[in-house]
Amino acid sequence: MQQSEFLNVVMPFKDKLFRLAKRLLVSTEEAEDATQEILLKLWSKNKVMESYNNVEAFAMTMTKNFCLDRLKSKQANNLKLVHSNYAEENSGLQTQLEAKDSVDWVQKIMEDLPEQQKMVLQLRDVEQYDYDEIAEMLDMQPTAVRVALSRARKLVREKLVQKHSYGIG
Amino acid sequence: MESDKKIEELLEKYFEATATVAEEETLRTYFSQESVATHLAQYAPMFQYFTSAKEERFTKQVPLKPKRNYFKWASIAAAAVLLVGLYMNRPEADPTPDDLMAMYTPEEIESAQEALAMLGMNLNKGTAQLSHLGEFEKTTNKFLTKE
Repeated sequence: MQQSEFLNVVMPFKDKLFRLAKRLLVSTEEAEDATQEILLKLWSKNKVMESYNNVEAFAMTMTKNFCLDRLKSKQANNLKLVHSNYAEENSGLQTQLEAKDSVDWVQKIMEDLPEQQKMVLQLRDVEQYDYDEIAEMLDMQPTAVRVALSRARKLVREKLVQKHSYGIG
Repeated sequence: MESDKKIEELLEKYFEATATVAEEETLRTYFSQESVATHLAQYAPMFQYFTSAKEERFTKQVPLKPKRNYFKWASIAAAAVLLVGLYMNRPEADPTPDDLMAMYTPEEIESAQEALAMLGMNLNKGTAQLSHLGEFEKTTNKFLTKE
């Protein structure tokens, strides 16, 4: 496979790899590094790539595994920084700011989800993959994907509602 | 525009994870607009966030050209040059005493040794005489300390 051919295959989904990596690793820089690493790994496999029937799903799986490994080694090496004291929300903010704020809150809520739910939510609600595709990427049963997804969505809703009622009360 | 009733139904399906991709798309478009029914407004941030999260792009350039092993070859070349250089500049072996014997006759060596011995003797004589200068220095020092 030539470089141009490879780029044609990879370019359409490189952003998806990056977004998944960022969802898992949180930091943009780390996600960029991870994506780069994945793309280079893919490129080094370009000879056998034609035999994969779904390069995109394969790359997503690679990203998932890579990031989870990263996280695991990081947890083993570093103390985890826990933000338990977010700045108190100002109740007098303008409504527009508040709306923007709660959109950001969804991101923060997602950061706290377990990895699997994070990934399922990312792949379904952000990237809009089919359940079968997600099942393939994450190496799960399609029913398990549904269950995880439903749970994740409800959790996000619950936290969001909690957050809103704090604002009112 | 979808009716609120329809949206509520879709939301229910959404949270049970039984909605299709198309139905979820409907929800996203509904919540991306300005006017959302007040009792549904609490869900808006979710869908707005998912939409905005999709905007993120990977902008870093990836150097795909496999790194040619220039360094590998350069190091091999450097090692070769070094070896050749060392071989060429190998210092000539010092002439060993055997060579000295071969180069000169015993008489020549003997006379050379004699000459060197004489040189040493005369040099010693000279330095012995120089020691008188020390005496001179002592006396001048005496004068200087007296003052």
